[in-house]
Amino acid sequence: MSSPIVKLVAQRIALGILLLLAVSVLIFAGTQILPGDVAQAILGQSATPESLANLREQLGLNQPAYIRYFHWLGGVLTGDLGTAMSSGQDIATSIKDRLWNTLFLAFWAAIVAVPLAITLGLIAVRFRNGWVDKLISGLALASTSFPEFFIGYLLVFYFAVQHQWFPAISTVYEGMPLGERIQAIALPASALTLVVLAHMMRMTRAAILNVMQSAYVETAELKGLSAFAVIRKHAFPNAIAPIINVVMLNLAYLVVGVVVVEVIFVYPGMGQYLVDHVTKRDVPVVQAVGLIFAAVYISLNIIADIAAIVANPRLRHPK
Amino acid sequence: MSNELDYLSRRVAAGKLSRRDFLGRAAALGISAPFANSLLSSAARAAGPVKGGTLKAGLVGGESTNSLDPALMMTQVPFAFGKCWGEMIVELSPDGKLENRIAEEIGSSDDAKVWTLKIRDGVEFHNGKTVTAQDVAATLERHSDEKSKSGALGYMKGIETIKANGKEVVLTLKEANADLPYLLSDYHLIVQPNGGKDKPDAGISAGPYKVKVNEPGVRHVGERFANYWQGDKMGHADQIEVVVINDATARTAALQGGQVNMINRVEPKIVDLIKRVPGVTIRNHSGPGHYVFIMHCNTAPFDNNDLRMALKLAIDREEMLNKVLRGYGSLGNDFPINASYPLFTEIEQRKYDPDKAKFHYKKSGHDGSILLRTSDVAFPGAVDASQLYQQSAAKAGIKLEIKREPGDGYWNEVWNKQPFCASYWGGRSTQDQMYSTAYLSSADWNDTRFKRPDFDKMVLAARAELDEAKRKAMYHDMAVMVRDEGGLILPMFNQFIDATGPKVGGWVDDPHQELSNGYALAKCWLEA
Repeated sequence: MSSPIVKLVAQRIALGILLLLAVSVLIFAGTQILPGDVAQAILGQSATPESLANLREQLGLNQPAYIRYFHWLGGVLTGDLGTAMSSGQDIATSIKDRLWNTLFLAFWAAIVAVPLAITLGLIAVRFRNGWVDKLISGLALASTSFPEFFIGYLLVFYFAVQHQWFPAISTVYEGMPLGERIQAIALPASALTLVVLAHMMRMTRAAILNVMQSAYVETAELKGLSAFAVIRKHAFPNAIAPIINVVMLNLAYLVVGVVVVEVIFVYPGMGQYLVDHVTKRDVPVVQAVGLIFAAVYISLNIIADIAAIVANPRLRHPK
Repeated sequence: MSNELDYLSRRVAAGKLSRRDFLGRAAALGISAPFANSLLSSAARAAGPVKGGTLKAGLVGGESTNSLDPALMMTQVPFAFGKCWGEMIVELSPDGKLENRIAEEIGSSDDAKVWTLKIRDGVEFHNGKTVTAQDVAATLERHSDEKSKSGALGYMKGIETIKANGKEVVLTLKEANADLPYLLSDYHLIVQPNGGKDKPDAGISAGPYKVKVNEPGVRHVGERFANYWQGDKMGHADQIEVVVINDATARTAALQGGQVNMINRVEPKIVDLIKRVPGVTIRNHSGPGHYVFIMHCNTAPFDNNDLRMALKLAIDREEMLNKVLRGYGSLGNDFPINASYPLFTEIEQRKYDPDKAKFHYKKSGHDGSILLRTSDVAFPGAVDASQLYQQSAAKAGIKLEIKREPGDGYWNEVWNKQPFCASYWGGRSTQDQMYSTAYLSSADWNDTRFKRPDFDKMVLAARAELDEAKRKAMYHDMAVMVRDEGGLILPMFNQFIDATGPKVGGWVDDPHQELSNGYALAKCWLEA
């Protein structure tokens, strides 16, 4: 690799870290302006003034905000996410399992969705403007247009209640055999696949069609290559940067945007964990989860950028 | 015909006839499926519990922030799981009487100020230790400590000293309280080794199940405790599991799909749909829980009793009961007590009367609209109920302005802060508890700001009164006072609506709380 790439990549990573730091400030500030405080939220309707005062003191809510921010940041940098205020559990431990669950679900959804979307995109280009293209685009757009909860409920109704092929709820737990685990997540993974499919498919189609206008594609066609070969050998490799970009964006969504799906399918992932703790004003957890989500998002975007940089021949072969 | 059915249902219970065959034959005899099912379950109950299997419940009301510390139990899942692994000092039995558990006997001095609990012999904790009077005393100490975060602190504050004396625990109260044993049935007061002072969230007590898996907000698993002291009565399934399913649709789907055997909080609007699902039984029963609109008696314009009366008369309770609860409840009468309380007396039902409401409204001299705050979380259907209220009040010439508040933060920003809002109460086990929690001048949760020294005196007098007839009369007078002068508008008492799937036997209707007062998993069994 030559120096411009290394420099660009290094720049991109440094920018990412800076961004993450900025996000950490935003997250912290955001959690401070939520109405009510954690002590009140933990005790809920049955809070008495005495129990409230006791709990506030115990949780250290009396310190000023900026002190708590630096305290928190220091902890995060040393790998200590602190303990959940509401339950007293170690956040890193709780998050580990949850994050693993979320990544597991995202992995299987991606395994299905990414190749499917790209293949469908290629097929759509091959038969562009014909009925195959329209059918693929139409179905994909329809599945994306329905809200996630609607798709989720439809899947549950048909596959769990009517036919009982898959469980309606996807509770997974430690020590569950892989086969059972995959069966348990079949429905949420399908729902997620349907949700992200169209975006990736349409983007693949558009990117390749864009390249198809180029002179070299015309040359390839004139050479007498078959339509698929033209797309595979000449158009696709040159459209890879925007495709990777949209794939990464959707992968990020599979990790950070699955709250609704997790709630519907009772899946013990990060989304559900975050929601529970937001309602409890459990600031350390909200911050930790928010930061992890931001990190996932930023790093996937960095990977997409780097891939685009590496895929760019002008940077690969500098003058 | 009924003899034949009886015979057949006993054969099913004995495992000699399949359920499907039974239903077929019952249908041939012209018996509807629900009735045949109920015959079956009573036969199964008569036949006795079946041991074994895993009984699963899908419940709303669990969060990843839950803890096994009984002091912090607030919502339905910790409550229901707590009844599986925890053992109580006393418990309310389904017929409203007291059932002694770890206390073998409870006695009081004549003035109801000194109470003695005799601790049962041979009850064992999950860690193998025997339950002693010291453990019980330490439990009560922990929950009555001023620094405690316990949900039971409010009741426990009335205890002055707690002493373990051999096999007895002696409690001395600050003021006489004839209801003390009822207070001890509070679900927070799970007896723990050394009162849970060392490790409150260890999940160790003397209940029918040992905690096996505790993943807050996801699932909780209990394994039958072999040395449970009354194993013939509870702990029939080998294993019980609570899966947290907060989404109502997912919960119903899990029951229909057979992933769980029982669920709680079926929404009234879908009960009729669920009833049609084969094998599913709706378990609805009334309890002390109620849905309310509360006015602060000390804040204008609600400081005027005529205005309060006008608002009480301007609500159409029957319409609300039919439309919001679909009939799964009973009419309220503006005092927080109903027939589920032991010393309840009937009072003439208040009805929707726009003319009278108009009269009182004029008399109050108030003019202009009245702001009512509501939210989805105040009670299920609260926003709809508020709109119905707005319409019925409009017919009486009273303009209600409805403000829909976000559910998030409702309990700390609106309830018990704003002068007029929608809310709910789960009810308590005795009238004294209910009035002491929310209607005494000094009560922390006096959410109607009902501050009347004469009323306070009545509460304290009734508390110390041991003659039941006299107490009943006192409670009647208190109810009338709250009804006619208080800030409570109580249109309806809600029912608990649970549902069970096929094969669930041994269900007990219990008026105190949902899921058989939390004991559904411990008391039910899976029919073979």
